Amino acid sequence: MSNQDFVRSLPKDAGFGARARLRQVHLDPLMLLALLAVIGLGLVVLYSAVDRNAALWLNQLSRLGLALGLMVAAAQVHPRVYLRWTPFLYGGGLVLVGMVLVMGVSVNGSRRWLDLPGLPRFQPSEIMKVAVPLMVAWYFHDRPLPPRLKDVVVALLIVAAPAGAIVVQPDLGTGILVAGAGLAVVVLAGLYWKWIGLAALAFAAAAPGLWYVLQDYQRRRILTLFDPGSDPLGAGWNIIQSTTAIGSGGLYGKGLFQGTQSHLDFLPESHTDFIIAVIGEELGLVGMLTILALYMVLVTRGLYIATQATHTYERLVSGALSLTFFVYAFVNIAMVSGLVPVVGVPLPLVSYGGTSAITLLASIGIIMAVRTHKGW
Amino acid sequence: MSARLAIKDDLRERRVFAARAALLLMMAFVLVGVLVLRLVQLQIWEHETYQTRSEQNRIQIQPLPPPRGLIYDRNGDLLAGNRPISTLAVVKERVPDMGALLDELAQLVEITGEDVQRFRARLDGTRRPFEPVALKLSLSEEEQARLAVNRYRLPGVEILNELVRYYPLGAMMAHAVGSVRRITEDDLQRLDGVRYSATRFIGRHGVERFYERSLHGEVGHQKVEIDAHGRVRQVLDTRRPVAGQSITVHLDSRLQIAAAAALGERRGAVVALDPRSGGVLAMVSQPAYDPNLFVTGISSEQYQALVGSRDTPLFNRAVNGQYAPGSTFKPVVGLAGLSLGVVSWDEQIIDHGSFRLPGQDRIYRDWSWTPGNSGGQGKVDLHRAIYRSSNVFFYDLATRMEIDDLSAFAAQFGLGRRLALDIPDTSPGLVPNRVWKRGAKGQPWFPGDSVNVGIGQGDMLVTPLQLATVAATIANRGRVVRPRMLLASDRPLVEVDDPQPLPPVAGPSPDDWERVVDAMEAVVHRGNRGYGENGTAWYHIGQDISYRMAGKSGTAQVVEIRQGEAYDEEELSEYQRKHAWFIAFAPADDPLIALAVLVENGGGGSAVAGPVAREVIDAYLLPQLAVR
Repeated sequence: MSNQDFVRSLPKDAGFGARARLRQVHLDPLMLLALLAVIGLGLVVLYSAVDRNAALWLNQLSRLGLALGLMVAAAQVHPRVYLRWTPFLYGGGLVLVGMVLVMGVSVNGSRRWLDLPGLPRFQPSEIMKVAVPLMVAWYFHDRPLPPRLKDVVVALLIVAAPAGAIVVQPDLGTGILVAGAGLAVVVLAGLYWKWIGLAALAFAAAAPGLWYVLQDYQRRRILTLFDPGSDPLGAGWNIIQSTTAIGSGGLYGKGLFQGTQSHLDFLPESHTDFIIAVIGEELGLVGMLTILALYMVLVTRGLYIATQATHTYERLVSGALSLTFFVYAFVNIAMVSGLVPVVGVPLPLVSYGGTSAITLLASIGIIMAVRTHKGW
Repeated sequence: MSARLAIKDDLRERRVFAARAALLLMMAFVLVGVLVLRLVQLQIWEHETYQTRSEQNRIQIQPLPPPRGLIYDRNGDLLAGNRPISTLAVVKERVPDMGALLDELAQLVEITGEDVQRFRARLDGTRRPFEPVALKLSLSEEEQARLAVNRYRLPGVEILNELVRYYPLGAMMAHAVGSVRRITEDDLQRLDGVRYSATRFIGRHGVERFYERSLHGEVGHQKVEIDAHGRVRQVLDTRRPVAGQSITVHLDSRLQIAAAAALGERRGAVVALDPRSGGVLAMVSQPAYDPNLFVTGISSEQYQALVGSRDTPLFNRAVNGQYAPGSTFKPVVGLAGLSLGVVSWDEQIIDHGSFRLPGQDRIYRDWSWTPGNSGGQGKVDLHRAIYRSSNVFFYDLATRMEIDDLSAFAAQFGLGRRLALDIPDTSPGLVPNRVWKRGAKGQPWFPGDSVNVGIGQGDMLVTPLQLATVAATIANRGRVVRPRMLLASDRPLVEVDDPQPLPPVAGPSPDDWERVVDAMEAVVHRGNRGYGENGTAWYHIGQDISYRMAGKSGTAQVVEIRQGEAYDEEELSEYQRKHAWFIAFAPADDPLIALAVLVENGGGGSAVAGPVAREVIDAYLLPQLAVR
């Protein structure tokens, strides 16, 4: 423990009250508060979005409970343990992603699911969203930073192997998110600006070629972003309806349960990927800013915790996971409001569905572990 | 491990990391700033646009079709009503795979390839989004039940209940009342789009067509909240449609049935008028078609059969069939001669059975001519010329008149004109004159033309409706009435503006009229006088008649018989045989009914058309006379 840490930690650990008790169970009060606020707001909106379907709502409630439990559990584990287990997690995940390619189950033309006996059907790519940043951090933790070229190359390979396997499923959205989480570690590790610049240039040069690699539906999604009216009943429908929902909400919204766009089924996926449009329609700009603010509290706090961490692995992991969290929230809201093409990213902790809540809360649990476990 | 640790610089690492984290956090805030800007754009700056768009999404104005006005006959019997049918319709926007859906539906209800074809055509036509498009009309109850059971797995399928036109008497009234047909794309370009926004049928012929505006009614609206699937969630506001005007027409369905029965299977037409009002009591054109077929969908096979038939059942002979009037025209020629002063009742000629214009070889024969016998009616005055139907008398009389005078005189009876008040698309017929012949044939008028016109042949054309009007005019002793369908309506109808009464036929004196009527009575009643002395129709219809009927037979040539050749019925094909005509009215001194009967290719007017006329008038008069 560094001097600084020691000094800072004294009054808090020695303090009284709820904050102190929370620290003893390895929870970060500020993060927990923001989390519960997001989840609470999300559950209220979800109840409206599922049209007061109590069964669906309770289902989500129990999943969130489970995920919160997992978060608490994850927070109890010392970061050292994570460091030790990272290669196995990554390796196991990689094997599973590989198995998807060989024996995955196809849904809607994409082979993304794995149906193993004795386990519920799941997407191994979800594991990689956490495993990849952990692995890159693991690789960097005992190497000199900023990383040397050789280390960067190895890190890129660590990222590229699972990301590539996911992209060919095909699941471009998740592939990019997994790669992004890994690259975030590389950037946080201090990758030279010169190299970042070169990579950006190379990407810009290759971008036109990428167009030809995209699948038809992916191109259509990009095109409809620029002109949703070109196919108003087809690909453009989602974006037209979601922007209409958000825009018609105005400053204060139409009121809970009053959203016509969602309740009359104009808004597709209103309780899953597009639930932010329900917030926009029923709670207005005020609701949108509230949830954005809560997300930014979580992200900022996560990055702060990262800067305060003593060990390289801790820093990189908590930093990358915080940024990943941000990217999810941003991409989801941006796509629903028509700023980026539609990709299958749920709104963190609000969208109906269990998988993403579990990965997200588990990673927040890891960040809390970084914050609350002393010594290395 | 130690080697690596040696070059790890923890302090620098932390500094770099903190800088990177701060930078990335800043970038995150910039991105969130962009997001907030976008939200402000959507929710504040462009709020009203999206507000409107969401309302338009949600609120739909649906037109409500007005029930079409009913049509009753003079006895209050329903001629055209509405009946509910169930239609299988599909909302295209809600169907993920149209082909699969159609296959599925074909298992549940009988759908012909033609149904599908028409459905696809309608899909491509003008329509509102989420508007259900009809696939199959008139579902049976069993089909409705089968659809209802399977509906949950057939998204986009709807069963619409609507009122459609129904003609209880079927083909019986087809040509009199007309029919409706499905509105086409072309109609939509022409019609008032708002008024007709919910209407699917429009008057095609007859009364249905003429009174379309009144029968149609006023479209209503309902403001509804719909969901994305086009389903109505709630009705917010309704303006009820106003039903079309119901109207009562002069037609007498019992008389119509009697007239149709009298014609039997023969091709032809009967038009019966009330001479006092011009009201059309019966209008039969045979063969006819069932107008209900055009409402619930007719297969192209059925349609081709109707269109392709040589007997043209879709053709309304009563108002559009144009034929030479033959001898039925003679009373008019006689009246024309009287009013022009070229003949008097006392004047006699000798009819030897043939007529020749001065200085010409061509021989115009009497109807009684046969190869062995020149025929002829002997001494003939106008009275006898009418009841014996002497051709020679009228050949001669016609040559004494300027054709333009005869033509103008005949026009007063409605010949060559359209007199009907509310019968659409009647044919005008033709009374030839000099101007017409110059224009149509590029020739001057020859005296021989007049000879032919004198017996209602040559270029003359009339419709049964026009000859019925002639009969009514003679019955009225010169007062001309417009044939009309409308008897009564609850409110004044926009289609009819007070028509000017027509001027009476100018020229003949009241005595002339009475004597022409006398002569026409003789056609029917003068009998038991021996060969060549009886009225032409007496033998066929006059022997047992209980009321006074005035009539005139006519036999119109269809093909020209060469000079010197006999008309041999056996040699001519059915469609080349003569048309049989009979015009009549009764009772002669106070006429209640005037009519014209045409039997296409029927042969002799008195023998073939006369009995039809008698039967029709019997059916109308006998019950009334019994009451009196």
